[in-house]
Amino acid sequence: MNALNLTDIGHAFLGRTVLDRITLDIGEGELVALVGPSGCGKSTLLHIAAGLIDPRQGRINRSYARHAVVFQEPRLLPWATARKNIGMALPEGLSSRNRHSRILAAATAAALEEDDLDKYPVQLSGGMKQRTAIARALASEADFLFFDEPFTALDPALRRHMQDIVIRHAGNGKRSGLFITHDMAEAVRTAHRIVVLDRRGNGILGERYIPLRPVERDDRMIFETVQHFMKADPLFAHVEELDERRSA
Amino acid sequence: MTSLAERASRTGQFLWSGWSGLAGLSVFAAVWQVAHEAYGSFILPSPLETLTAAQTLLGDVSAWQLLLTTSSRALSGFALAGVIGTVAGCIAGFHPAILRLVQPQITLMLGVPPIAWIVLLMIWFGTGSATVTMTAAVACLPIVFLGAAEGIASRDRLLDDMALSLGMGQVRRFVRIIVPQMLNRLFPILVMALGTAFKAAVMAELLANAGGIGEALAVSRSNLDVANALAWILLSVSALLAVEYGLIQPTRSELEAWRHAARPWGVKR
Repeated sequence: MNALNLTDIGHAFLGRTVLDRITLDIGEGELVALVGPSGCGKSTLLHIAAGLIDPRQGRINRSYARHAVVFQEPRLLPWATARKNIGMALPEGLSSRNRHSRILAAATAAALEEDDLDKYPVQLSGGMKQRTAIARALASEADFLFFDEPFTALDPALRRHMQDIVIRHAGNGKRSGLFITHDMAEAVRTAHRIVVLDRRGNGILGERYIPLRPVERDDRMIFETVQHFMKADPLFAHVEELDERRSA
Repeated sequence: MTSLAERASRTGQFLWSGWSGLAGLSVFAAVWQVAHEAYGSFILPSPLETLTAAQTLLGDVSAWQLLLTTSSRALSGFALAGVIGTVAGCIAGFHPAILRLVQPQITLMLGVPPIAWIVLLMIWFGTGSATVTMTAAVACLPIVFLGAAEGIASRDRLLDDMALSLGMGQVRRFVRIIVPQMLNRLFPILVMALGTAFKAAVMAELLANAGGIGEALAVSRSNLDVANALAWILLSVSALLAVEYGLIQPTRSELEAWRHAARPWGVKR
């Protein structure tokens, strides 16, 4: 049983096709990394899968109960404290004690301290904002998480820390997820499977399963896998190409 | 919920900021005094004389009545414009086509001089409270409308998507995500609209002979009683300040506590 099936998805902006015949299945408890050069329509595909955009054609079949999205920007409400921002994801009718404990659990999972919960987003650092956004996604108790290049703006150490959070809460079979990135090391580190999108959005080029579970992988193995993919695997030949669709 | 201590500290800061306001007013009074010494009491009575005149006026119950009349007219005009302007502005903000159709009419409304409105409204409503209230409403309606429409139109759509991705319904998205952003834009405009409402109300009263501060001013003018006229001006400005700092600013600071947090230490308020 798959958590998410995308069948034959196609989309166009102002008459220009950005995605065509995309078929992608994500299994239960599986974290899939979607890679591809800039501007190939990765984000559009994620937005379609998350129901933020209606596709021109194709079918989406979701068999999970709830999903949540971690965006590239934290997208926090500036007028609400971190606590309220996380609480936004909870259903309305919870008792305040229940609410409090669920917010606290999500914050702990995203390595946020309780002191920080009463701060406003302007008072938080970039990493803390993004952690709040992750906590919000976790608080929703979604069983499917979408990540839209969530850590691009963070420095390497922080990014690693965030990836660990993702591995702990999505990559270990608890939840399914779709992770968009153009950092190959990030994809190899967090995902069970890497899917490569065509650089013009014309379907999926191919996929590679990564051995071991994400928690079991060490730095050496990740480094070697990335090296192998980038140097020896033709599937990844175009992944780091810069094409902002200027030529299209 | 904001804690009690935090609220007390905010209130304390708000009251303490009164000192800086007082300092500003003192500078104004000093300039006024200089002008008074240059031109004499007939042209410009001194601040002290004006204060005494205002005090004498306030000793009289009828003066309070007049202040209350004008304030209630200005406030009901302001409230009318606030409700209609905000609702209409919200609708227009969501539908750019409507906004485009309404924009020329707003320009038209802003272009018609207030005096012309008063004449028209006097013909339609006679020389009573209704004319004054309507003048105040007409004067602030366009700016409230534009403020609300801009507030909605310039909302952060990324936040909309975020709320949608969490499965929030339409009503909840509107109340929790869009309204706070709109209010953020609208509040400074409401402060301006309130001042406009008071000015328009006093002017309408003066021209329509409709009682209130405006009529008292007209009487002072015919008696060439400058001290009294200034005293009335002082009182109407005080009424406006009382409404602004007693009602609008506290509401605003309640809704915008986060902005306060964003300010660096030492320049809070």
